Amino acid sequence: MEGDIANMGQFIGAGLAAIGSGAAAIGVGHVAGNFLAGALRNPSAAAGQTATLFIGIAFAEALGIFAFLVALLLMFAV
Amino acid sequence: MADEALVAAEEAAGAAGMPQLEFSTFPNQIFWLVVTLIVIYLILSRIALPRIGAVLAERQGTITNDIAAAEDLKRQASDAEEAYNKALADARAEAQEIIAETRAEIQAELAEATAHADAEIAAKVAESEARIGEIRAGAMQSVEEVARDTATALVAALSEGKADAAAVKDAVAERMQGGRQ
Amino acid sequence: MATDSNTSGDTQTAQSGSGRLIAFGLIGVAVVLFILGLMDDYESGLSIHPMDQFIIEPFFGDGPIHWYTVTNSTVWMAAAILAITALMVLGTRGRAVIPSRVQSVAELAYGFVRKMVEDVAGKDALPYFPYIFTLFLFILFANFLGLIPGSFTSTSHIAVTAVMAGAVFLTVTILGFIKNGAGFLSLFWVSSAPLVLRPILAVIELISYFVRPVSHSIRLAGNVMAGHAVLKVFAGFAGALGVGAVAPIIGVIAIYGLEVLVSAIQAYVFTILTCVYLKDALHPHH
Repeated sequence: MEGDIANMGQFIGAGLAAIGSGAAAIGVGHVAGNFLAGALRNPSAAAGQTATLFIGIAFAEALGIFAFLVALLLMFAV
Repeated sequence: MADEALVAAEEAAGAAGMPQLEFSTFPNQIFWLVVTLIVIYLILSRIALPRIGAVLAERQGTITNDIAAAEDLKRQASDAEEAYNKALADARAEAQEIIAETRAEIQAELAEATAHADAEIAAKVAESEARIGEIRAGAMQSVEEVARDTATALVAALSEGKADAAAVKDAVAERMQGGRQ
Repeated sequence: MATDSNTSGDTQTAQSGSGRLIAFGLIGVAVVLFILGLMDDYESGLSIHPMDQFIIEPFFGDGPIHWYTVTNSTVWMAAAILAITALMVLGTRGRAVIPSRVQSVAELAYGFVRKMVEDVAGKDALPYFPYIFTLFLFILFANFLGLIPGSFTSTSHIAVTAVMAGAVFLTVTILGFIKNGAGFLSLFWVSSAPLVLRPILAVIELISYFVRPVSHSIRLAGNVMAGHAVLKVFAGFAGALGVGAVAPIIGVIAIYGLEVLVSAIQAYVFTILTCVYLKDALHPHH
């Protein structure tokens, strides 16, 4: 019974942590959307900024990956 | 039932868990990773990168050379065109010269011929005039002689005497003079 | 850019319609094999073990894993070496001024990474280009080879990515101190901020500096791991549903496509972050 409750806690925690992935998705969408808005205003400057775009996406996404990692750790490692 | 599930779950966690956190495999992975990276690095830095760099440099050189050669050919072509134009102009000028020369020659010949003809004509005219004058003079003299003879004869016939030849001559000459005027 | 190379690859394939057909056919066969293999594993209902694909086991025989044991991870690292050799050495063996297809791909990769190093880290970072190119090619090929059904993805393991990220971190830090001496610490002392804020900013910068290798490594491993785990979960659904598993199969195909993109982008991101860190070491002044 104790184990069941612990298991339940793990799963609930993992599910909550997975919300972080969604939050990171919002962040990535923000970065990409703002880049697109800027690129449409000034297309000539866009080509030079794709590196910055990917770095920004990588940073935003890293945090989502952290949340995903927490979820995985809760599911499998704890 | 619950215990069995628990045992199964624990077994699964122990066996499966997260293979990424299986620390016993870390030395193995790290060792082989380092070997892999060193091998790739050696392959790249010893063989691949110098080769690709050389190929890219060669391509750049070839492109530069080709552009230079094209430039050269273009200049040659423009030179040739210039030479052709010059030759054309020269030929045209020469032709003009020849034409002018020929024209002058013809002109000179023509002038000479004209002058010759003119002179000939003039000579002939003069000759004719001289002969006309001669003829006229001859005619005048004949007229005078005829008139004198006629006058002498008339005088002789009319006066039954001998006519004074000198007086007749003078009178005839006088009348001729007057008649002529 | 990864997307650039993708589109140029697409146009290459589009030139020969049969080539495209073959590529799609191969992908289809791969997916079917993948799912058949999974159905074999998961006949007993919905017991999906998405993490089983990451288990490291000896490639020859059975037994304990010593530090020298040849494991499935080792074999796929060796496959990456072979693939890189095939592309970069055999592909360029013609040394042609007008390149063949393979040679132009190799030149594309070379020019891409070289330009990235030059643009992001500056001209004086070019001596480190071979190291960065090594990392890029290894990650790219490990990711791509890991997408072959039934293969093993070495870059999905934190041990692997942590060694690479840690090596980058140590190299960059030591290089920063060698090149700039104590001036390297000006990286943490934001001189453009008000004096009062500077100590606080210094603490934040210091923390973010030491979080770099963590995020650097976990980003790569996490992305690859997550993609493969999701693929496995969907494939598990397909296995559980049996014949009527149309929706999970479509899902697997879509996610597979996404994973191809993620593989390239993660290699690119790892490399460009390496360049950014290198730039900080060579030019620490903001």
